[in-house]
Amino acid sequence: MTTSQSIQWRIPLRFGFYAGIASLCFSAIGLVELFGQRALITGVITMGQVLIFTATIGLAYITARDNAEGQRGVALLYGSLTGVISGIPSALLILLASAVNLRPFLPNVSPALIEILTFNLSPTAGSLAFLVAMTAAGLIAAAFSLLPSKVQRPIFNGLLWTLIIGLFSEILSSRLRDFFGSGFTKLIFAGKALHPLVAAILFVLVIGITALLDARKQTTPEQTEDVSASRKSRLRWLTFAVGAIFLIILPQLLGSYLSEVMNNVGLFILMGLGLNIVVGFAGLLDLGYVAFYAIGAYSMAVMTSQGPLGLGLPFWIALPFCVLFAALAGIILGVPVLRMRGDYLAIVTLGFGEIIRILVLSDLFKPILGGAQGILRIPKPEIFGISLVRPEHFYYVILAGVLLAWFVSWRLSEARLGRQWLAMQEDEDVAEAMGIRLVTTKLLAFSFGAGFSGLAGALLASKLTSIFPHSFKLEISINVLVLIIIGGLGSLPGVVVGALILVGLPELLREFAEYRLLMYGALLVVMMLAKPEGFWPSTIMKRELHIDDDPEILSAKAGD
Amino acid sequence: MTDNHAIMTSKSVTKTFGGLVAVSNFDFEVPEHSIVSIIGPNGAGKTTFFNCVTGFYAIDQGEILFDGKSIIGKSPDQIAQLHIARTYQNIRLFANMTAIENILLGMEPDLHSHWYGAILNTSGTRDEEKHAVEEARRLLKYMGLVGSGDLLARNLPYGDQRRLEIARALANQPRILLLDEPTAGMNPNESAETMRLIQRIRDDLGITILLIEHDMRVVMGISERVTVLDYGAKIAEGTTKEIQSNPQVIEAYLGRGAATGLETTSSDS
Repeated sequence: MTTSQSIQWRIPLRFGFYAGIASLCFSAIGLVELFGQRALITGVITMGQVLIFTATIGLAYITARDNAEGQRGVALLYGSLTGVISGIPSALLILLASAVNLRPFLPNVSPALIEILTFNLSPTAGSLAFLVAMTAAGLIAAAFSLLPSKVQRPIFNGLLWTLIIGLFSEILSSRLRDFFGSGFTKLIFAGKALHPLVAAILFVLVIGITALLDARKQTTPEQTEDVSASRKSRLRWLTFAVGAIFLIILPQLLGSYLSEVMNNVGLFILMGLGLNIVVGFAGLLDLGYVAFYAIGAYSMAVMTSQGPLGLGLPFWIALPFCVLFAALAGIILGVPVLRMRGDYLAIVTLGFGEIIRILVLSDLFKPILGGAQGILRIPKPEIFGISLVRPEHFYYVILAGVLLAWFVSWRLSEARLGRQWLAMQEDEDVAEAMGIRLVTTKLLAFSFGAGFSGLAGALLASKLTSIFPHSFKLEISINVLVLIIIGGLGSLPGVVVGALILVGLPELLREFAEYRLLMYGALLVVMMLAKPEGFWPSTIMKRELHIDDDPEILSAKAGD
Repeated sequence: MTDNHAIMTSKSVTKTFGGLVAVSNFDFEVPEHSIVSIIGPNGAGKTTFFNCVTGFYAIDQGEILFDGKSIIGKSPDQIAQLHIARTYQNIRLFANMTAIENILLGMEPDLHSHWYGAILNTSGTRDEEKHAVEEARRLLKYMGLVGSGDLLARNLPYGDQRRLEIARALANQPRILLLDEPTAGMNPNESAETMRLIQRIRDDLGITILLIEHDMRVVMGISERVTVLDYGAKIAEGTTKEIQSNPQVIEAYLGRGAATGLETTSSDS
């Protein structure tokens, strides 16, 4: 065996270095200490520790999997080498912090952090222990990469789900207490995190379920041929019904606080669906998207407010007008930018977003829109005389809006207009030469996007009962854009996933708040490198195979 | 075939870019149902002329008539509505869309469903889409692309991409089809096959074909008439035989010295 020749030292060294820097950064910016307070499994592991080891485990796994070429010894060597190297930066930090006071330069390198990193040992012993721990992490990751994927998947899922449930213990335990009382909750959660025994049971359970599902998936390919169309459609209806029931009872399960979080997520889904039409389908980069949100919100405020500035109209009469006004604004913005592409379009729309906010703040519109004082006393919607005051109830209004926007997006994306948008996104000149009227097609994209955003704004105004210009900053446009990119441009489920990750998650992890923008940036960079198509990319429609099951076609497909 | 009336006429068309005259005083006629070629060395202004016809460029002087009516000042989408379709020298498919979607986009001039019809899923919209997909599948079959319909255009082999681009142009149900170097990047066998395909399209569907080539051998077999452009100006016109022995053409292609050499050899025989 020519092992000595085939070992490439550079790869584990490089990856170890990356992992070490990542782990050092997590420590130095204070994330590790902050998350050190959030236990996942009581007495076993905290989120801070997960953060220290994640990069090492991930990169050691990749190094061992991609470069060992099936040689076990080499894989383990690569893994442990990556581990050692990745431990060095933080070990040096520990030693340095014990020798000099680093806090003037790195305020987050606190005694508490050093305690976490050294496992409460002295600096020298602690830094050695840290190196050993990192090496072990790398070694375990490499060993894991040697397992057959049939074994890897269940274990990975088991770990992931146990950690995720551990991460949300606080919120889960409070919900469980409401339903089953504190006695039952105490069985599962010890303190603020998962009980170690429950964590173990959960781990085994998820492994079992994943293995079972995988085994079933292996046997199904032969069966799918036999499954009749009626059974398939029945299965679809069943999924649909379960989904519908879930969405209907969701606020009851979530309670007041989480329903409010869901409502915020819902508004961002609504905006995301709108911007997805403009950017994801039509390929028109719009950075001033918040303008239409503001227009929707202010339309609702002026039309329904019971204060001196309002007309006092009922919510349901005002709502369609809000959408209409926003859509018209979309067209008005669209006309001057029809001939613009790419960067120029982005800059002009960015300006438009700011203009709207500044106009609202201006003295000119102060008598109508209230300037910086905003508009107050906007009523909540009423259904059959019941005012939807509680977030659990308002949830349904937002749900209806999201479902409507989803339905419209879905229908359009599968129709002629959706095809025109995609063509325009790919090659505007050729699209025009196909006979597509660019003006109409672009303006339709702008007005649909703006309309959805206006709907979201109108709902926001009614939800908050008062609105102010500073709620409509550029940051919202950026957030919506980032969420559709992370979810997957052009993908409807992607918008939901993106909104849950970017809007829902930070609400649940309050410690996160300070690091929100940092995380957005990091997430975007990692996504663009590792999964540029997004978490839930859109799929291609299979038109030819839908109609015909010519054997000739099938064999040609198989060859692809 | 020259007795057919001209479906397209170009009258002293001139197009300049700054100081550069890309096409100058170009007079040209395409008889209906014929296969006509424009040949010329690289940079002779052939593609510029196509871009003028299809509305990509506004011409500086002259007139282009289609079916007796001027098409000057029309935008590319209006040109497509007149059933003038084209392909591109460097393939310009919608690379991230499927082959069927590409063909469906070619049908745009004949599709009329609206966005509200799509949202309400009206029977009119559904029928139109269904017929369009059937027609697209028919075109796939005609072009020998059965089975590739759901593949992304960028995943198709080079030759299939060329054929898909022609299929997309045919979906327009063109009265005249403008092909811009359809054999670029092909070996002699593939070129010959493509030329047979082009002839078949004319014979089966009765579509007038205007072909651009810089390699004159490719078009000699099938063209009824050939026009030669050099530095934007027409230097010769006629049947393939006349063009092949025209000294000016040989000079344009091979340089003056070669032309005199060839002239003497041809006059010898």
